[in-house]
Amino acid sequence: MSLDLSSDTSARPTTRYGSNSGQPLTRRDGILKVTGQATYAADNHPAQLAYAVMVGATIARGRVTAMDVEAASRHPGIIEVFTPDNAPAFAHDPDEKMPPFGFRLELLQNHSVRYAGQPIALVVAETLEAATEGAHLLQPVYETDEARTGLENGVQFDPQAVGVGGPPSTSHGNLDTAFAASETIVEAEYSTPAQYHNAMEPHAVVAEWNGNHLTLDMPNQALAMSCASYARYFDIPVENVVIRSPFLGGGFGSKAILNGPQILAIAAARKLKRPVKLALTRAQMYGPVGHRGQTWQTLRMGLSADGRLKAIHHRSISATSSFDDFLEPAANASLPLYAADALLAEHKGLRLDIGTPGPMRAPGEASGSAALEVAIDEAAEACGLDPLEFRLLNYAESEPGSGRPFSSKALRECYERGAEVFGWQQRLRAPRTMRDDNGLLVGWGMGTAVFPCPMFPAQARTTVRADGSVLVETGGVDMGQGAWTALAQIAAEALGLEAHEIEFRSGVSTLPDAGVAGGSGHTASAGLALSNSGLDALAKLAEIATNDPDSPLFGAGNIGVLPRGGRLVRRDDESRGERFADILTRAKQSEVIGEAKSMREPGNAEKFAMYSHGAVFAEVKVDPDLGQIRTTRMVGAFAAGRVINPRLVRSQYYGGMIWGTSFALHEAALIDHRTGRVMNADLAEYHVPVNADVPSLEAILVAEDDPYVNAIGVKGVGEIGITGTVGAIANAVWHATGRRVRNFPIHIEDILGL
Amino acid sequence: MNLFDYVRASSVDEAVAAVAKPGARILAGGTNLLDLMKIGVAEPTMLVDITRLEDLKRIDWLSDGGVRIGSLVRNSDLAYETRFARTFPMVAEALLSGASAQLRNAATAGGNLLQKTRCSYYQDVASACNRRNAGSGCDARHGLNRLHAVIGWSDHCIATHPSDFCVPLAALDAVVEVTGKGGTREIPIESFHLLPGDQPAKENALAVGELVTAIRIPADASRFAAHSRYLKLRERTSYAFAVVSAAAAMTIEDGRIVEARLTLGAVAAKPWRSREAEAAMIGQIPSKDLFHHAAGIVLQGAIPSGDNAFKIELARRLAARALSAASAGTPAAMPALPGSPLLTISGDANVA
Repeated sequence: MSLDLSSDTSARPTTRYGSNSGQPLTRRDGILKVTGQATYAADNHPAQLAYAVMVGATIARGRVTAMDVEAASRHPGIIEVFTPDNAPAFAHDPDEKMPPFGFRLELLQNHSVRYAGQPIALVVAETLEAATEGAHLLQPVYETDEARTGLENGVQFDPQAVGVGGPPSTSHGNLDTAFAASETIVEAEYSTPAQYHNAMEPHAVVAEWNGNHLTLDMPNQALAMSCASYARYFDIPVENVVIRSPFLGGGFGSKAILNGPQILAIAAARKLKRPVKLALTRAQMYGPVGHRGQTWQTLRMGLSADGRLKAIHHRSISATSSFDDFLEPAANASLPLYAADALLAEHKGLRLDIGTPGPMRAPGEASGSAALEVAIDEAAEACGLDPLEFRLLNYAESEPGSGRPFSSKALRECYERGAEVFGWQQRLRAPRTMRDDNGLLVGWGMGTAVFPCPMFPAQARTTVRADGSVLVETGGVDMGQGAWTALAQIAAEALGLEAHEIEFRSGVSTLPDAGVAGGSGHTASAGLALSNSGLDALAKLAEIATNDPDSPLFGAGNIGVLPRGGRLVRRDDESRGERFADILTRAKQSEVIGEAKSMREPGNAEKFAMYSHGAVFAEVKVDPDLGQIRTTRMVGAFAAGRVINPRLVRSQYYGGMIWGTSFALHEAALIDHRTGRVMNADLAEYHVPVNADVPSLEAILVAEDDPYVNAIGVKGVGEIGITGTVGAIANAVWHATGRRVRNFPIHIEDILGL
Repeated sequence: MNLFDYVRASSVDEAVAAVAKPGARILAGGTNLLDLMKIGVAEPTMLVDITRLEDLKRIDWLSDGGVRIGSLVRNSDLAYETRFARTFPMVAEALLSGASAQLRNAATAGGNLLQKTRCSYYQDVASACNRRNAGSGCDARHGLNRLHAVIGWSDHCIATHPSDFCVPLAALDAVVEVTGKGGTREIPIESFHLLPGDQPAKENALAVGELVTAIRIPADASRFAAHSRYLKLRERTSYAFAVVSAAAAMTIEDGRIVEARLTLGAVAAKPWRSREAEAAMIGQIPSKDLFHHAAGIVLQGAIPSGDNAFKIELARRLAARALSAASAGTPAAMPALPGSPLLTISGDANVA
């Protein structure tokens, strides 16, 4: 898949060699998307396509004792009804994990039901309508066991790991001593609900087999890893699997990990020897494709008389399924941020009859930050300090615990600039003291944002051709964040070209592995690989030219060369050089290919603590009698290394802050604990904010020059905006009303105390 | 989705004849019915498409100053009809506070009356619901019922009617015109929706085979134009059903209330109008105390049906607020956030 940039007016040529980065180009695929020309997975209709519909369990625990397969099969157009009685066999046991991140899956391996929404059958038909009705006619009968979906009846356990392989407990310093030395102790409990990713595009797949070759059109955040996993499930060589994922309608973590329904559709296609399409309904996305698990957190803080944090003890009970583990590493949110003599982050697991949770935009960081930032506000209040003053007093100059220096940390500047733009100095300390002209209660709150900057192994390839054209390739993933644009900018910069002067190919697994689009690490990982592959191609060109007596660059090997507008020039004299095309033509080479991997310098990774930071300031207005809350203003200032594309980065920060608003005030899956079913599994009742809920957003980009995080200086911006924001809003609600709400989302009746 | 027949009616008579068949349902805007069909809650054997009946798309001003709204008039067309919005401002405000712009462009006046409850148990075919499946029970009664009814409910059903539009219609004595095989008849809006009692599946006064053709607002309702307001408390600023809502209207002469109207939404299976509360305001000088007193009367007899006691106090406060806002005067222009109490205090300070 490649895109033509020529129509992108924001990519107009200038002479800023190597300065593509920093330009606010519009999304290269924007026009395709807004004009409906972008083909998403479910838009593919190969010949002979059959349609699959998944049937989800309506109980949370028990067994399916009967299904009316006969009635379903009799319905006109039905091709096959897959149940555990005729389930496809898989080469990988679905009850075993699939390393590195794959969960245990439900692939009709037996009749048991472990959560509501679990696939219990797959109906394939000539039309979607027929498959839908066939699914309806199955009318499963259950033997039902008590659903365990609450804190009261779930089973607590000590987890082996939290998040993606993280330790369940981390401790620095002596907590007992630190608490004993504390003047004041602040302790409170917080809870966060189950949340579902709700990407606009549902999980879909069009699977087509050609012998032992499998082609998949599907939204996918981890192309190479997924190919390897599918190859194992279907016992075919990994090179036989091709995933095309040019456009994704959002992912947020839910499209990075394999799920049962898509694998069943692929298996059905193999069995039926024809292409099969499956697209989950909105309601079916509340179960088998992951979610953010519930947490119940306790924060205990010890404070000195002058308001310094002596100790932070953050505990989280994190929900997971009865059969696999993904625990929100919520307590870890307290580790990297505030200076304290002693820190302890601990997790318990809670087994519930729910689908296995998974990573959802800032997994752990978001839910942990929600509790931590409110707790910090409470601590500031207990010390009689302004929340910003309190945070500055407890500013961590080095990584708490380890003492490692930060590779860069412009958080102080984020605080300053955010506070200035927001007008924080005008805030009255006491709650319920500010009103607007209409008599509405006004509250100002803040929170600190923090997110690590991971990098994943990634590869890329740059081909410079004798005709002067340049092709750069990496199997990257654009979930809507603008990766194709930012990555092309990085690639062009390495080559000294404008973004529109290179052909950029991405979004298909046959290209070099660009790693996972997750953890806010895609731009850094795939970007560095692209940059390095460009430099590798240039090095090969330079090798040819500097050894060619006929080249103006002959002998410049020691001095070095630079790319300038499609030419290589001498570093000491930019007037002497020649075009890439001329170097290749004279050498009678059709092209040079640069290849590279990305990797963080291991020495730097060890020596430095690496995080993005930010400060979020929120204003809410609350009706004093009716409790209606509206976030009227938010200002976030973020420092996340070098900004490749300020337009896209700002958009990520806005998106994160809107998610934070959603977390604080709107979003929650409502589970009927009698049945274990999510009762608001649609976008009418599972509330996320509308535009009118976020009338004023401002994102400030604080510059950071970080030579250690990676060679291109990029950290990551995809998730940090949620952190800090939830607390900022909850703290603003407290400031407006005097009511400290610790269970999210905040409701009207919490505000009114009704 | 089940297989069903589809017929397109070319006249009201044809529609009435077709919809009299068992399992037949009228298709108008489709914003509710089609969703319910997709999730298996509605399984009609026949859809009678009335969207080509041009006569039902008219807004007719009657010679006496009343208005007759064809049942196929789109929500947004009605809300933005200048004379209508000026004459019955709280109806326009209610319409614009409902759903989303896209839905308002598709949804019809008649369909608004006939929309189904958004009770999640009604919409979940795996749950027991007497309204959807008579005699099966009510899983909402002891389930997730934070937003359910606090007035007029029964052990058989605690659902609310979700309409915004119907709330001011009830306050203004609107009349529903229906046509069936036996001809046409009129049903006062207040008698149109039924409380659940022991037969919640019977949702309204329509007989089998009857079609809503129009809604009439009487001419004398226009006397409230200067003092009327619809307020809607909701948990996000748009595209959300009411937690509670209130339509309040009055006429004021020489500083005293001559006539008052007060109807609550989202508290019962029908718009909840209280004539006692209205009567208590007649002849009185508008004041916060008076409005709180009247609001208290409306909620007399309210009982939580579950985890929703807060709605009673909230409805009382919103009713009082709506009365205050109405007495202060109808905003000169439609507020930027129609129905939002966040902007009521200064009236028209923030207009679209």
